[in-house]
Amino acid sequence: MTTRMFGEPVLRREDPRLLTGQGRYLDDLGPRALAAAFVRSPHASARIRDIDVSGALDVEGLVAVYTWEDLPEQVGAPLPLLIPHPALTHGRTAYPLARDLVRHVGEPVVMVVARDRYLAEDACALIRVDYEVLKPVVGVEEAAHGGLLVHADVPGNAGAHLVQEVPSAAGLGAGEAIGRAPHELSFRLDIERSASMPLEGRGVYARWDADDRSLRVYSSTQTSTSVRMAIAARLGLPLPSVEVIAPDVGGGFGVKIVHPWPEEVLVPWAAILLGQEVKWTEDRREHFISAAHERGQVHFVRVGFDDEGRVLGLDVTILHDHGAYTPYGIIVPIITATQLLGPYRIGAYRVEFTSIYTNTVQVTPYRGAGRPQAVFCMERTMDHIAAHLGLDRTAVRAANLIQPDEFPYDQGLIFQDGRPLIYDSGDYPESLRMIKELIGWDGFPAVRAAAEAQGRRLGIGIGCYVEGTGVGPYEGGHVQVTSDGRVHVSTGLTSQGQGHETAFAQIAAAELGVPLERISVVTGDTRRFGYAVGTFASRAAVMSGNAIALACRKVRAKALRIAADALEADPGDLEISEGVVRVAGSPGASIPLATVATLANPLRYAFDEQAARATQFAATPAMDRPPVAEGEEPGLEGRDYYSPIRSTFASGMHAAIVETDPETAEIKILRYAVVHDCGKLINPMIVEGQIHGGVAQGVGGALYERMVYDSHGQLLNASFMDFLMPYATEIPHVETAHLETPSPLNPLGIKGAGEAGVIPVSAVIASAIEDAEGIVIDRMPISPSDLFHLRATR
Amino acid sequence: MKPPPFDYHAPRDLGSALSALAEAGTDGKVLAGGQSLIPMLNMRLAAPGHLIDINRLAGLDTVTAGPDGVRVGALARHSRVERSAEVAAAQPLLRQALRQVAHPVIRNRGTVVGSLVHADPAAELPAVLALLGGSVRLARAGERERDVAAGEFFTGPLESAAEPGDLAVSAFFPASPPRSGTAFRELARRHGDYALAGVAAVVSLGEAGEVVRARVACIGVGAVPIVVDVTSAGRPGDWAAAARAVQDRVEPEDDIHATAGYRRHLVGVLAERALGEAAREAADA
Repeated sequence: MTTRMFGEPVLRREDPRLLTGQGRYLDDLGPRALAAAFVRSPHASARIRDIDVSGALDVEGLVAVYTWEDLPEQVGAPLPLLIPHPALTHGRTAYPLARDLVRHVGEPVVMVVARDRYLAEDACALIRVDYEVLKPVVGVEEAAHGGLLVHADVPGNAGAHLVQEVPSAAGLGAGEAIGRAPHELSFRLDIERSASMPLEGRGVYARWDADDRSLRVYSSTQTSTSVRMAIAARLGLPLPSVEVIAPDVGGGFGVKIVHPWPEEVLVPWAAILLGQEVKWTEDRREHFISAAHERGQVHFVRVGFDDEGRVLGLDVTILHDHGAYTPYGIIVPIITATQLLGPYRIGAYRVEFTSIYTNTVQVTPYRGAGRPQAVFCMERTMDHIAAHLGLDRTAVRAANLIQPDEFPYDQGLIFQDGRPLIYDSGDYPESLRMIKELIGWDGFPAVRAAAEAQGRRLGIGIGCYVEGTGVGPYEGGHVQVTSDGRVHVSTGLTSQGQGHETAFAQIAAAELGVPLERISVVTGDTRRFGYAVGTFASRAAVMSGNAIALACRKVRAKALRIAADALEADPGDLEISEGVVRVAGSPGASIPLATVATLANPLRYAFDEQAARATQFAATPAMDRPPVAEGEEPGLEGRDYYSPIRSTFASGMHAAIVETDPETAEIKILRYAVVHDCGKLINPMIVEGQIHGGVAQGVGGALYERMVYDSHGQLLNASFMDFLMPYATEIPHVETAHLETPSPLNPLGIKGAGEAGVIPVSAVIASAIEDAEGIVIDRMPISPSDLFHLRATR
Repeated sequence: MKPPPFDYHAPRDLGSALSALAEAGTDGKVLAGGQSLIPMLNMRLAAPGHLIDINRLAGLDTVTAGPDGVRVGALARHSRVERSAEVAAAQPLLRQALRQVAHPVIRNRGTVVGSLVHADPAAELPAVLALLGGSVRLARAGERERDVAAGEFFTGPLESAAEPGDLAVSAFFPASPPRSGTAFRELARRHGDYALAGVAAVVSLGEAGEVVRARVACIGVGAVPIVVDVTSAGRPGDWAAAARAVQDRVEPEDDIHATAGYRRHLVGVLAERALGEAAREAADA
C-alpha cells in the first residue's frame, strides 16, 4: 500500500489561515517600524528644476527626507536591466529616485521617512518640486513616429526591434507563401492596457541588526533570492549577511517579479542609515501609477490560406508599448511573437516587433504575459478565415491543428528562455472534440434560434492556445526528515496564494510515503533555501515540484539504505508507507522513518530518549568503517535541483456563449467552458482554482479593464472606482474538463497551469460577440458603449 | 492614502453637533456613514479641518412610514430602509432604488440622508427624492429646522442646498397616489457601480386605466437628477414617445466609461422599460 496523494483533490492547507485573517502579509509585520512615503511626479514628462523640502521640516514625527542627491553611488545608480537581449539595443531603466527628468506620472522623486504613514504623507504634501513641464509622448503609434522622444538618446522611441522568420517546408518565406496562396486577408488588431493589480500591493520592510551587522528584509515579492542578491550588491553587504523573506503575499500576477523596485533598494538603505526599522506599504494609487502595466499592443496581420482554411503563410507586425522603461527587457513581445502560432502548423511565419517607449507606466509581464495578445491575433485570424470561406470556425481550426503523432513539434522559433520552441506533447484534436462537446457547439444553432424567437441575441465563440511553461534555468528543493518523523520541505521560489504548501506537500507525501499532516513546506525564505529563480511563467509546480520530487527520492534512497542495515534486509525489498519502512511481505519487520532519521545522525550526546538510540555505545557499529560512511552525510535529508532542457508546453481551448442586449448593448457571458491540458495533475482542485481565477482576469481584460491615459499622460482611472476589475457578480460559472498528456521532459510529467485561464478569454469573447452581432470585433476590451457605436457603423 | 490632519468631534446631542458645525463653518464636514467622505479624505481630495461625527446622536436613526410617505432620519442606514416592509408598503420606489445602491456592505453603513446631501448626480436616492417631490429637513444652530424641497435641494454635481453649518436631520419621501406604480431601471458597468444611466419612474392611472400622471427622474445624464413629466406622451402599453421626450431633455456627457451618445440612447431604453414596468404595476395596484 502506498500513500496516494499525487493527483488527489486535497483541500488547500493554507486556506484556513488565509481565509480567517491569520495570514501574515507585509503590512501585518513591523507595526513599530518607521513609515516611508514618496513624493511622486504629477507630470508625465518634466525636468526637475528644484526640490524644496523646507516646508516638510516642521512636521512633527518627520525622520528623514531623501532626494537623488542624497543617495550614495551604488544606491542611486539606475536600476538593473534584468533580462538583456541582443535586440534590446536601447534598454533604459529608471533611477531609484528621479535624478533630473521624470518620464511618467508616478515616478518617485523624494523619499520621506516619518513616525507613521500619516505623518509621512503630510510631509510629502509639503514638499515643493519645481518642474519644467515637457510635452509627453502618449500612445504607441504617436510614439513610433518619433517626433517627441521619451529618452533623448533613443531615436524613434524604439527600444528594441526583433524579427523571427520560419520558412515553409518548401522553403518559401512568409511574404512569398502569402502571395502564392489562393486567399489573402490583412487586418489590424488592438489590445489595450491592463495590469496585474494584486489585492495586496508591493511592500518592503527592513530591519538592520547593528549587533551582528545583518539585514533582514521582508518583501512582497515573487523572487526573494534575487531581491537578496540585488540588495547585497547595491548596499555593499556580504551576501550571507542579508536575508530576504517573502511572507504571505496577496497576489503577484507578474508585477512582483520585477526587482529590485526603487523601494526595495531605498527602504533597506534607509533602515541601515537610520538604525531603525523602516517599512513601505504601497497604496492603491501608487500601484496604478508606479508599478507596472501590460497588454497594450497593436498588431498588423497578413495571412494567406487555401480553400480548406489551412494557413500557408502568416506575417505579423507588432507595435509594443513599453512605457517609460524596460527593466524586464522584451519578454512580453517575445512571448507574443513566439506563442502566436498556438496549436497550429503554419506554412511560413514571419513576425516582427518594435518595442516603443512612451511617457506612461513601464510594461512588464502580467499573468499571460503577451499570450492573450498572441492568441487574440491567431484566433481572430482563424475566425476571419472561416468567415471568408464560409466554413465553420472549428473546421478551420481542425484543418490547421498539429496532430498527436507530430510531437515533439518544432515551431522553429526561439522562446523567451533563449531555447528552441519545441512542443513536447499534446493532443489538440481531442481537446477540440472535448470543448465542442462541453459547450454544445454543434447544437448551438438550435439554442440560438430558440433565443431569437424570444427577441434575444446569442453568439458562440472559441479560442485555442499553447502555453510554454516551466521555463528554466532551475529550481531546487530541500527535504529533511527529523527524528520526530516530521518532514520539512523547502524551496526557494515564492508563493502568492497558488497553494504551493498543499501541492508540494502532496508531491513529498507521494514520493516519501509519509502522511500529508507530517509534512511542512516553506517557500520564498532565503534562510531556508538560497538558490532560486522565482515564481512566474507558470513554473513553480514544474520547477520546484520536480526538484522536490528529486530531493525526496534522494532522501528515500538514503532512508532505505539505513533501514536495510537496521532490518538486515535488502534495500530493494523495502517500501515506505504511512511514515514506516517495511520489508515487503513480512509485516513484522519495520522501522519508523523517525527512527531512521535518528540513526542517520550518529550522536555522542543523548539529549533525549530517541537520540540515545544513535549514540556511540547504543549499538554495535561496524568497526571497519567510520560512523558517517564515505559519500554519506549525517542526517536524513536531501537536496536536489531540476533544470529543464527547455520549456514544457501546456495547452487548452475555451468556448463561451454570450448574450448581447439588442437595445442596451449589454454583454453577458451565459456560459464559459474550458478544456485544459497541463499534463499530469498534482491536485485537480488547485488547477481548477487557477483556471477560474485566470478566466476571471481574462473577463476583466475582455470586458472591463483599461488604462485610460489622456494626452497629458495622466492616468484618468487610477482607482478601483474607475478601473473596472470585475466583481464575482461579473464572472460566469466556469465549466472545466481536463485532458492529461504527460510531459516527457520532467520526472513528474507535469506542465504549468498558473496563467492558462487568462490567455484566450479576449479571443473567445470577441469571437462570441462577433457571432452574436455580425460585426467584426478587432479590438478589446469592449464595453456596452463601444458595442453601441460599433452597431451604428454597421 | 491617509487623510491629512483634522479635529474630530463626537457630539452626543444635536445641540452640541450644531454648535460644532457652526463653529467649524466652511471647514467642517459631517460624518455619518462615511462611504463617500472617508475615501475622499484618504485620497486627500477633501481636507476638512473638523470632522463632526453624528453617529452618537440619539433619535436620528428613526424611520417612520405612514399613509403620507416615509421620513428617514439622518442615521438610518440604507439596508434598514431597504429591508423595512412598512417603507416598501408606503413607497415601494425606495426599496427598488436601494437594491441598486452599491453593495450590501456599503448599504449596511451608508445612510440615505448622507447620500442625498452628497448629491452625486449618478446616485439613485437623489433621483427618488426629486421624482417624488420629497424634501430634506435641515437644522442649524440657533434657527428653526426648515424643509427644503427636492427641486431646490440639488443644485449641482456634488452640490446641495445644505450650507456649511447645516445638518440634514431627515428626509421625507411622499407616498404615491392610489393606482400608482413605480420602477427603477439602471445600467452599471459592474454590479453595484454608479450607473452609466438610470431612470426612476412613477405612473398613476385613472379609473379607466388612462395615464393620469407619468414622471421619470434620470441619473448619470446631467448635473442633477433630471425630472421629466411625460404624462402627455404616455400611453399605457406604449411608452416610446415618452422615452423620446426623456432623451430630448437629458444632458449627458462623455466620460471614460461611456459616450454621451450612448448614455442618451440608454436613457431612452431605460425610460421605456421603467415606465412600462411602473404602468403594469399601477394597473395591478
